[in-house]
Amino acid sequence: MTDFLLELRSEEIPARMQDKAREDLARLFAAELAKAGLAAGALLTYATPRRLALIARNLPDATQAVSEELKGPRTSAPPQALEGFLRKTGLSQEQLVDRDGVWFAVIDKPGRATADVLVEAIPAIVRGFPWPKSMRWGAPSLSTESPRWVRPLQGIVALFGEEVVPCTIAGVESGAATVGHRFHHPGVITIGSATDYVEKLRACHVIVDQDERRTTIAIGAKMAANKAGLRLVEDEGLVAENAGLTEWPVPLLGRFDAAFLDVPPEVIQLTARVNQKYFVCRDADGKLANAFICTANIDAADDGAKIVEGNRKVLAARLSDARFFYETDLKVPLDEQAKKLEKIVFHEKLGTVADKVERVAKLARWLVDEGIVPGADPEHAERAARLAKADLVTGMVGEFPELQGVMGGYYAERQGEHPAVAAAIRDHYKPVGQGDDVPTAPVTVAVSLADKLDSIGQFFGADLKPSGSKDPFALRRSALGIVALVLDNGLRFPLARAVNADVLDFFADRLKVQQREAGVRHDLIDAVFALGGEDDLVRLLARVKALQAFVDTEDGANLLAGYKRAANILKKEGGVPEGAASNAAPDTAEAALTQALDTAEPAAKDAIAREDFEAAMAALATLRAPIDSFFDQVTVNDADPAKRAARLALLARVRDAVHGVADFSRIEG
Amino acid sequence: MNATSTEAPLSFQDMILRLHSYWSARGCAILQPYDMRMGAGTFHPATTLRALGPDAWNAAFVQPSRRPTDGRYGENPNRLQHYYQYQVIMKPSPPDLQELYLGSLAAIGIDFTRHDIRFVEDDWESPTLGAWGLGWEVWCDGMEVTQFTYFQQMGGFDCKPVAGELTYGLERLAMYIQDVDNVYDLRFNDAGVSYGDVFLENERQMSTWNFEVAETDALFDLFRKAEAECARCLDAKLPIPAYEQAIEASHIFNLLNARGVISVAERQAYIGRVRDLAKGACASYMEKNGWAA
Repeated sequence: MTDFLLELRSEEIPARMQDKAREDLARLFAAELAKAGLAAGALLTYATPRRLALIARNLPDATQAVSEELKGPRTSAPPQALEGFLRKTGLSQEQLVDRDGVWFAVIDKPGRATADVLVEAIPAIVRGFPWPKSMRWGAPSLSTESPRWVRPLQGIVALFGEEVVPCTIAGVESGAATVGHRFHHPGVITIGSATDYVEKLRACHVIVDQDERRTTIAIGAKMAANKAGLRLVEDEGLVAENAGLTEWPVPLLGRFDAAFLDVPPEVIQLTARVNQKYFVCRDADGKLANAFICTANIDAADDGAKIVEGNRKVLAARLSDARFFYETDLKVPLDEQAKKLEKIVFHEKLGTVADKVERVAKLARWLVDEGIVPGADPEHAERAARLAKADLVTGMVGEFPELQGVMGGYYAERQGEHPAVAAAIRDHYKPVGQGDDVPTAPVTVAVSLADKLDSIGQFFGADLKPSGSKDPFALRRSALGIVALVLDNGLRFPLARAVNADVLDFFADRLKVQQREAGVRHDLIDAVFALGGEDDLVRLLARVKALQAFVDTEDGANLLAGYKRAANILKKEGGVPEGAASNAAPDTAEAALTQALDTAEPAAKDAIAREDFEAAMAALATLRAPIDSFFDQVTVNDADPAKRAARLALLARVRDAVHGVADFSRIEG
Repeated sequence: MNATSTEAPLSFQDMILRLHSYWSARGCAILQPYDMRMGAGTFHPATTLRALGPDAWNAAFVQPSRRPTDGRYGENPNRLQHYYQYQVIMKPSPPDLQELYLGSLAAIGIDFTRHDIRFVEDDWESPTLGAWGLGWEVWCDGMEVTQFTYFQQMGGFDCKPVAGELTYGLERLAMYIQDVDNVYDLRFNDAGVSYGDVFLENERQMSTWNFEVAETDALFDLFRKAEAECARCLDAKLPIPAYEQAIEASHIFNLLNARGVISVAERQAYIGRVRDLAKGACASYMEKNGWAA
C-alpha cells in the first residue's frame, strides 16, 4: 500500500471555482482508478489560489490479475461468426475453449503497476477537467487543440510513494518540485512524498488546507474586531472567498473616516464586501463601525501598516463615489425618478416598467379596498407602489443593483413619505427565496403581493412560463413569495379572483414545494387540491394540516385502510349497479354503518362549512368502527343481486362521505 | 528583485521611463501612442491587429485613453476623461509572464515585503472588438493597478497563439507610489511640474465639451461617415485604414453616449455596429496575411 500525491500548480485559480475543482479532482481521479479496478483507502483534496492537490492514501501497488471469459459463437455456427470472434479477441482458434458446443475465449490480464495506471490517469484528468471557463496559453496555443486549464499550468508534482510518476502536459513535466509562497518563499522546494507535502508547504508560508485557512481568517478577523472593542459582522461567504485568494492569510483591521457613516450602512457594507472583500464591524450599540478588516496574503515586514493604509485609501475612494451617488440621488424626488421608468423596457412583450408600476399601483389598492389585505391605508398602498421602482434609475442602484428597494426606502424616508410607505418601498421585493423575512406590515404586504401577482399574471399571459430548469423571470420564486405572504399573514384571498386557472395550478405546485420544507406531506396537499374549487391557500392548508393530524392517528390510518378497501371493491365490481336500493333487511353491521353515515355525513359537511376541519375529521373518525365491523361481518358479494347492489351503494356512500373532506385515493400508505 | 524602500518615489514621467527600459530589456518594441482618440490601449492596432495570426510579437507603449463619460470637470480626485494606460503585449504569452510583470512593479518601486499583491479573477471582454480573454485584475493593497489578460479571441477569431496583455493604469499606480490622494497633485517630473499643471484645465474644458457642447448632429454624421469609409476600405482590401475607421466610430459612439443622446435600447445596436466594423477589419487583416481562421 502506497500513498500518491498530485499537485497541479497554476497561475491564480479564481476563488469561486476552487471548491468545485476539489470535488471534480477527487471524482475524476476515483473514476480513472476505478477503470483499472483500483480504489484508494482515502482521498484528500486541497486548493489554494495557486495549486489544486490530491492525496490518495493506501493505494495497492498493482492492479489485480484478472481472467476474463468471453462467450463466442456456437461451434456449429458458420465460419464467418468464428472469424469475427477471433478478430475481436485477437486470438487464434487453438486458443479458444469448446464448452458444450460454444466457443469461449479466456483472456488473462496480468496485474499492472499502479504507477503505470497513474501515468495515464493524470493527463486524462487534466483533459477531462470541467472548469466553468478554461483557456489556452503560450506557444502550444498555436493550435486550438492545445491543452486547456483554468489559467496557465505551471507545474505538476506527481509522487507515488517517493517515486515521480512521469508525465508531460502542455510542455510541463511532472516531478517532485513545487514553489512556496509567491513572496515569502519564491524558490523551488522539493517534496519527498505525500507524507511531508502539507508540512513542507507550511514551512514555506503556504497553508494548503483551505479549511485551515478559513479558520485562520474567521478567528483572526474576530480577534482583530474584539481587540478594537468591536464585533465582527460574520460572513461565511467572505471567509471562503478570502481563503481562496490567499495562501497565507493575515486579517488586518483598519479604520475609515467616520464622516462616511452618513451613507446608509447597507451601502458601506456592500461596497466593502463586493468591491474590496472586506469584513465590517459593529460597535457596542450594534451600529456599523468605521472599521474594515482586509485579509492580506503576507506577513508584512511592517506588520501590515502600509497594507492597511493602502486599503483604507481604496475604501475611501469607493465610499466617496458612493456618497456622491447618494447625495446626487437625494436631489431628485422619487416622483421625478419614477417618470424615467417610462423609458425602461420591462420586457419586450410587456411594455415599460412605468406600465408595470401603473398596474401594480391599481392592484395594490384593490387588494386593500377588497379587504384581502386588512389594516392598510389604500392611499399608502397605491403611493408606495407608484414609488417602489423609482430607485431603479438612481445612481446608487445603477452601481449596486442589490440595493434595489433598500435605497428607495431611504430616499422615501428622506423626502418625508409616510413611514409605512417608505417601509413598503424598502421591503416590497421580500421575501426573496425561502428563509428570507416575510413582510407583515400591511402596506408592504399589499405592494409585495401586487408586484409578484402582476409579474406572474403578465408573464403567463404572454406565454412566458417557466419550464423545466428554465425560469428566467424567477416566477417560481415570486409564486413562493406569494404563498408565504398569504400564509404567514393569514390572508383570506380567493386567488381565482386575481389569476387564471393555469396560474392557480402553478401556485399549487409551489405550495407543495414550500410545504415540503415545513414537513407537510405533498400527497395530502394533492388530496385536498383534487377536490377542486379551492383557491384559498389559508383554508386549504388548514384542511391539509387537520388531515395530516388525522391520518397520523390510529382512527385515521384505519379509516384510510377501510376507505381504500371500499374503493377497491367498488372498482373491481364496476361501481354501484343501477337501481340499487337500500336493503330491506340489513345485517346488523350494515345497519350500523348506515346509521353512522346518517350522522357523520351532515356533521362533516357542516364542520367544513364552518372551516372547522378538526371537527370534520372527528366526524369521519366515527365511521371507523362501523366500517371495520362491516368488513368483518358482511359479505358484499351476496348471492342476492339486490343485497349486493345495496351494499355496493353503501360503500359508495362511505367513499363519498370521505371525499367530502379530502380525496383519500391520493393519500399514500 | 525588490526595489529598496529608501529610494525617493518616482515621478510620473520617470515611472514611464522605467517601464520602457524594463520592457525594452525584455525584448519588447517600445512604440509611441497611436495618434487617434481611443477608449483603451487595447484598441491600438499594435494590440488588436497584432493579436491575430501566428507571428511572435512583443511590444510596449503608453496609450492616452479617452473615456468621455468619466469626465468630472477636474473636480474628482480619481476620475478623468483622459488618462494614460501602459500596455504590454507578448505573443505567444511567455511562461513566466507573471514573474516578468512582478519584476516591472519592483522596477517602479513597489516593495513586496510591505505590500499585498493579489491576482483577483477578472475576465476581460470587449463587445466592441468582439474579443475576450481570461485573467485577473492585479491588486496592490486592495487597489486595482493592472488588468492582466490572456487573449482567447480577437475580432471573433481564436488567438493562435494566445497573447498576454498587461494594462497598467498609470495615474493610479503613480498616486500609489507617490502616496497622493488627488491625481492632480502627482509630481509629473522632478522639476516642479504637477499632473494638474499639465492636465487640469484640459479636464475642465474637455468635460464641458464632452457633456455639453459637442454638436450631436455632427457626431451622428461622423459615425455614419466612419462606417461608410470603413466599408470602402474593406472593399479596397485595406484592413489597417478600415480598422482606423472602427477606432473612430467607437470614439464617436462614446461621445454620443456622453451627450446622453443614445437610448438604452439603441445602445446595443450601436455597439453591434462598431463590432461589425472591427470584425470586418480583423477578417480582412487575416485574409490579407493569408491566415486561416
